[in-house]
Amino acid sequence: MTVTAEPRAGSPAAGVAGDARRLVDLVFRVREFGIVAVLALLVLVTASIEPRFLHLTNIQFILVDTTVFALLALGETMVVLTRNVDLSIGSVLGLSAFLSADLFGHHPGIPIPLVFLAGLGIGLACGVAIGFLTVVGQVPSLVVTLAALYVIRGIDVLVVGGGQVVASSLPNAFIEIPKKTLLGIPILAVIVAAVVAAGAYYLRSFRSGRELYAIGSNPDAARLAGIPSGRRVFGAFLVSGAVAGIAGVLYAARYGTIDSTAGSGYELQVIAAVVVGGVAIFGGSGSVVGAAFGALLLQTILSALYVLGVSPFWNQAIAGALLLGAIALDRGISLKLASMLRKRRTHLGA
Amino acid sequence: MALDLRQRLRDALRWEVGLLFALAAVVVFGVDASSQFLTASNFFYLNLSIGEVAIMALPMTLIIVTGEIDLSVASILGMSSALLGDLYHRGLSMPLAIATVLVVGAVAGAFNGFLVTKIGLPSLAVTIGTLTLYRGIAIIILGPETISTFPTRYTNVGVTPVPHTGGYLSYSIAFFIVLAVVFAIVLHATPVGRSLFVMGANEEAARYAGIRVRRTKFLLFALSGVVCALAGILYTFRLSTAVQDNGLGLELSVVTIVLLGGISIFGGRGTIVGVVLAIAVFAGLQNALLLTNFEQRAMGVVTGGLLLLSVLIPNGSSFVRRARDVLRRRALTQEGAS
Repeated sequence: MTVTAEPRAGSPAAGVAGDARRLVDLVFRVREFGIVAVLALLVLVTASIEPRFLHLTNIQFILVDTTVFALLALGETMVVLTRNVDLSIGSVLGLSAFLSADLFGHHPGIPIPLVFLAGLGIGLACGVAIGFLTVVGQVPSLVVTLAALYVIRGIDVLVVGGGQVVASSLPNAFIEIPKKTLLGIPILAVIVAAVVAAGAYYLRSFRSGRELYAIGSNPDAARLAGIPSGRRVFGAFLVSGAVAGIAGVLYAARYGTIDSTAGSGYELQVIAAVVVGGVAIFGGSGSVVGAAFGALLLQTILSALYVLGVSPFWNQAIAGALLLGAIALDRGISLKLASMLRKRRTHLGA
Repeated sequence: MALDLRQRLRDALRWEVGLLFALAAVVVFGVDASSQFLTASNFFYLNLSIGEVAIMALPMTLIIVTGEIDLSVASILGMSSALLGDLYHRGLSMPLAIATVLVVGAVAGAFNGFLVTKIGLPSLAVTIGTLTLYRGIAIIILGPETISTFPTRYTNVGVTPVPHTGGYLSYSIAFFIVLAVVFAIVLHATPVGRSLFVMGANEEAARYAGIRVRRTKFLLFALSGVVCALAGILYTFRLSTAVQDNGLGLELSVVTIVLLGGISIFGGRGTIVGVVLAIAVFAGLQNALLLTNFEQRAMGVVTGGLLLLSVLIPNGSSFVRRARDVLRRRALTQEGAS
């Protein structure tokens, strides 16, 4: 007798679902336009008050700073899409930044690609551990990554001790990476844009990419539909870890000085960027392009505040307020959407 | 029914008994690590080091029992500390400053509660946001300043034992004991407490049963805010210092203690007794490690490990139980077939 209840609960009204998807699609595309509009407005207003804001070097700085965050946002988006969260990325970045940069001190003349590979390996190792505990251990990702945030930072502290890597111990070719430009645009920004585009293409057009959305929209339905949820979530954490490892090497190249606090608190800024970029914190919708724009918007805001002479002590509060505003906005949009759909459905019924 | 009750009692007690064994192991480890471990002065130091975290663990217990979480606790502590320092520095009298800080703490907690219950946002996302926001406000209030000109009458509260306790008991732990008794009675012996468990086990059922889920959760978040502000005041007096990063990262310790105490992260299960035992285990372990000259800044490795274990172990046992059920059912169906 209980069997009859099941299909009713699971069966969607097919026609309405199609409409709903189109509507949702539209709203989120508009969301990305919205970010670009806010960005343009911000740049215009700031530049009209303080023209220095539009200096080529300042724009280059913003773009280079954004690359690290946009990369991290790419990984975080994959995880958040599946209705999970990764709080460990700042610590992974810190560990990778120190260990990879330290290679130059221990092995002078080591080829730079090898250092990037090392960073990737460190990130992957962290991602494997976190994915394993989440998927096989069945521990909520919040708990796993909160623990990992401090465990990995603690390992970092034990490894680094009181020491640090300084810029003078790094080869010039390495330090120059973030400074190289192509027609005035930092090459790093171009590469990261390409990576984000590839990520967007993957999530849009690949079966396994679409499955991440399915898992986030309704984990139970996804499992019943035969999607290998465990494997996909594991993969998402792997990507997030790998990306954080690479971002760590970039961080080292960008800042040169690395101690055991490198990247602490980055997870909060990245989650803020991802959510501001329109990725739903409940999972199931959003895009990496939006997340990258969210990262760009956040960096531009911080830079604008700096140029306008606002104390950098305001940065963190602003990131927090943006995060809260963005999730509240998302909630508002989804409520509006739901009521619109309900109205449409009653029209169809009548 | 009676059998069910006995079964449930056994299920609940098993975790607490495990914690007792863990506590015994920690004491053995501590005594082995240093001859100072069992001295009165070390016990007092241990009291001091865990007091604020222990206090914050109580409202967190109730919040996690209802199936929510509050990651902003350490930021509310930091914001309260910064505000207390700033208000006093600006010439406000200490009692007035303390009252203001407690009110601001309540407002900060109520804002969490508002976003969760009125706007309907997930508490995880909300409190990650306010974790950032409240710490950000602490940074705005104090910037790089350090305020350490508090009157000794107040800072003594932070560093001297409660009189007539043989020098064992810190004021923070005295506060904690009083609060723990109140929280235990409310959670385990009142209708309100029962309703918290129901909310955590099945929110929809709770609503249909006429429990005011939203209002209760809102009040819990506000309560958590006040209690964290109190912890912030004690923290400030203990260190005689208000800086913007006071208590940074303590949310990990608080969540670890609550989950180690056997409160289910999915809500609906756990006891205050378990949390109190977990505090003892946690504080003892940390103290013993520090006596062996363990790097304090790397303590996160231990805390994080404990957090993982306290969720992995019950998961593991439920995994075993599920596997056993499946095997038993299969055996039964085979019997039926033959």
